Amino acid sequence: MRAGWLPKLLLSPSVILVLVCVYGYIMFTVYLSFTASTMMPAYEWSGTASYQRLFRLANWNVSVGNLAVFATLYILVTLVLGLLFAILIDQQIQAEGLFRSIFLYPMAISFIVTGTAWKWLLDPGIGLEHTMRQIGWESFSFGWIKQADMAIYCVVIAAVWQTTGFVMALFLAGLRGIDGEQISAARVDGARPWQIYQRIIIPQLGPVFVSAFVILAHMAIKSYDLIIALTNGGPGRATWLPSVFMYQYSFTRNEMSVGAASAVLMLAAIGVVVLPYLVNEMRKVKHG
Amino acid sequence: MADTRDKGLVAGRIFLYLVLIFLALLFLLPMYVMLANSFKPLEEIRNGQLMALPIDWTTAPWRSAWSTAQIGVQATGLRPYFINSFLLVIPAVAISTMFGALNGYILTQFQFRGANLLFALMLFSVFIPFQIVLIPMAKTLGTLGLAGTVKGLVLVNSVYGIGFTTLFFRNYYAAFPVELIRSARMDGARFFAVLFRILLPSSSPIIIVTVIWQFTNIWNEFLFGASFSDFSSFPLTVALNNLVSSSTGVKEYNVHFAGAFIAAIPTLIVYVASGKYFVRGLMAGSVKG
Amino acid sequence: MATLALDGIKKSFGPVQILHDISIDLKDGEFLVLVGPSGCGKSTLMNIIAGLEEPSGGALHLNGRDITPLGPADRNIAMVFQSYALYPNMTVAKNIEFPLEMHRIDRSVRAERVAKVAKLLQIEHLLERKPRQLSGGQRQRVAIGRALAREPQLYLFDEPLSNLDAQLRLDMRTEIKKLHQRLKSTIVYVTHDQIEAMTLATRIAVMKGGVLQQLGTPYEVYNRPANTFVASFMGSPRMNLLQARVSGSGGALELSFTKGDRAHAGFVLPAAAAAPLQPYTGREVIAGIRAEAVSIARKGETLGANQRTLAARVEVIEPTGADTLVVLDVAGQEFTARLDPDVDLVPGAMMDFQIDLSKLVCFDSQTEILLS
Repeated sequence: MRAGWLPKLLLSPSVILVLVCVYGYIMFTVYLSFTASTMMPAYEWSGTASYQRLFRLANWNVSVGNLAVFATLYILVTLVLGLLFAILIDQQIQAEGLFRSIFLYPMAISFIVTGTAWKWLLDPGIGLEHTMRQIGWESFSFGWIKQADMAIYCVVIAAVWQTTGFVMALFLAGLRGIDGEQISAARVDGARPWQIYQRIIIPQLGPVFVSAFVILAHMAIKSYDLIIALTNGGPGRATWLPSVFMYQYSFTRNEMSVGAASAVLMLAAIGVVVLPYLVNEMRKVKHG
Repeated sequence: MADTRDKGLVAGRIFLYLVLIFLALLFLLPMYVMLANSFKPLEEIRNGQLMALPIDWTTAPWRSAWSTAQIGVQATGLRPYFINSFLLVIPAVAISTMFGALNGYILTQFQFRGANLLFALMLFSVFIPFQIVLIPMAKTLGTLGLAGTVKGLVLVNSVYGIGFTTLFFRNYYAAFPVELIRSARMDGARFFAVLFRILLPSSSPIIIVTVIWQFTNIWNEFLFGASFSDFSSFPLTVALNNLVSSSTGVKEYNVHFAGAFIAAIPTLIVYVASGKYFVRGLMAGSVKG
Repeated sequence: MATLALDGIKKSFGPVQILHDISIDLKDGEFLVLVGPSGCGKSTLMNIIAGLEEPSGGALHLNGRDITPLGPADRNIAMVFQSYALYPNMTVAKNIEFPLEMHRIDRSVRAERVAKVAKLLQIEHLLERKPRQLSGGQRQRVAIGRALAREPQLYLFDEPLSNLDAQLRLDMRTEIKKLHQRLKSTIVYVTHDQIEAMTLATRIAVMKGGVLQQLGTPYEVYNRPANTFVASFMGSPRMNLLQARVSGSGGALELSFTKGDRAHAGFVLPAAAAAPLQPYTGREVIAGIRAEAVSIARKGETLGANQRTLAARVEVIEPTGADTLVVLDVAGQEFTARLDPDVDLVPGAMMDFQIDLSKLVCFDSQTEILLS
């Protein structure tokens, strides 16, 4: 039905809010990144100065390096474990619902809560190391969270724990969506179960891999809460990510234009991952 | 022949369940550690081990976390912030869900130029890193006099929830039987009659999904809370983080665990009570378009 | 009740034209069936009548009133949908009452109408149920009831029987016909099923590719199809269409069927059948003969004025119970005959068949239009 004035009128508040508070603000932040704003926004154009400063800042380069390590490991491990969990759950097991719920529940909890739990679990003073030594393994040592070169892997562990269940659910939906007759046909053709997964099922999960990758990649870039609760960026700046950098520079170090520039680059990174996917999905909807 | 096959199968099944149970325990471990240690006196955590059940059971950590622990400068416990979170979540969920339903209805049942572009813009807003809007939003809230208030957080969370809620309702209404809408229109139903008499009464599943999703997201939200609130308006996540990361004094792990659990309880209850809808929300959020 | 006039209705989506200039006049109380293969534009035409889609050109008049600019709510037209479109959240009674409520009809009148319709359709015992608790046939009745309760000027039925199983479909078909005879309402009915069209319609509109092929009574459409498309679409088995040649001179014309170097078969045409073929002497035409115009020739039987014999070979025999369909080879062309169920035939046998030419139709071999 062609829209009259009423639907348009009722849609307009949302449209205005999204246009202003998302796209207007994005443009505002982009503009700020080309100014010399410090504690408060300033509006004099100063070209690419803040980007140049950003790229020279060790804190930024460390953040980007950390993100590269974190995102790569986090995405890879979560995808592999998620698929593995989905295949395990898919074996017509008893209490399937219970197992699924257990693997998925971390998604319902705040990163601040899980960050707190993992912070003390991984803490050598009271956590795993302490416990193992109490049990009698005197030489056991696990203090990654206190080591600058290892702390980022602790972030990976906690993040994987939080989202594996979600990726499992995605893969499980994909597995269940495959036509049962194909699997019967493969069995009649003499394929072993692992061959069926390898040759028939997993190749058909391409779209699920893509969806899961896009979601995980954008979550990795946006990760902030978990870092704050787990390590607060430390030790030193060993677990700084661009999200932490942005907050620090914008609100505590009074370098707002540099903070804005870092936010713009985060948005750009997410755009690179998400936009091709969204364009593709929208096109699919139009043609299907 | 059949015998060996059966034996192999049974061994395989046992192995499968052992793996699954091991993984399940691994996933439950952090929750268990939090819960067990929240009932121990601090001494027992320092000298005992994290995996053990409490020997000397105490609810003091819970009482402390709830009503007397130091959050920032005041010794109020988490209670006022728990209340803040509810004051934030209830209106923000209601507002964003209402807008989502209205938008979903209009975007699927009416044709106008730019509808697809509009939806694409709303969809992309779901993915943006919120760092990109923090500075102008802080300025806007200041101008509106809402900086450091729960109202301000309601506004922010409602606005940035619209993308998700619109996506949910749009996808649901796009799959709604066309003939029902057509029939209603031939029967004389106009804009609001179609929405209130035909669509909404059949929308309970998607309303539940949306409400659960928004509730979980906004309850767990941290970045906006940390950026736009002050001691009077902290949501629970921010208060909890302050409690845990305050560098003064002795680290009261047991109180931290109790506090973390208090913050997790509402969303955990929702998850246990309606996991099916929670999963549907996750799925709907991942299958775009 | 009312008359309906469609005046040059056009519909296009961009460069694609869905409906070409459709004009139909319906008298009060007529039962018009729009029939055609899928994609012929019949559903689009119905949606335009309903007001659910806007035409790109042309006008609609309901009882003399121009309804073209009106929305579906303001047209006083009721529609029964293929999926029944019962509102799942409302009881049967509420479903029937809904359009009345939307038109702000008094509560007491509403209750009265619901009761009346429920009685008419014998669904009184279902009034408090929800649609999901009903069988397909019951849902169908409720959907019809909802349309009747409105007492509209025009009813639209969009393939209302296609979701029912075979037996129920026949029963509901009879019921709809009864209802029409009783209420004398004006109805437009869409179907792709030509038997449904034949049994229900007072007039049939056959459509293909967005073009109205023929508008006529079931008798006309069946016996005097306007072109070869209508000829083969209406009727089962489909009308036999044979390549034929008209020859001879003066009064006596001969129609002969040949294909390649196969044996010649043919006959001299009766005067009535020959008349429209005079200009085609010495040319090819397409001859249309219904399967039921054929019977087995018996030795010594005298032929009527319109009967001729034709030699053919029996290819396949398909008993259907009520009668037996036999596929014949007439000079290399396939030809289906509907014969008595107890005929005793052998595949491969060459036999003489008797053909009734009173309903012979011929079409131009190029334009495929009926010669008359």
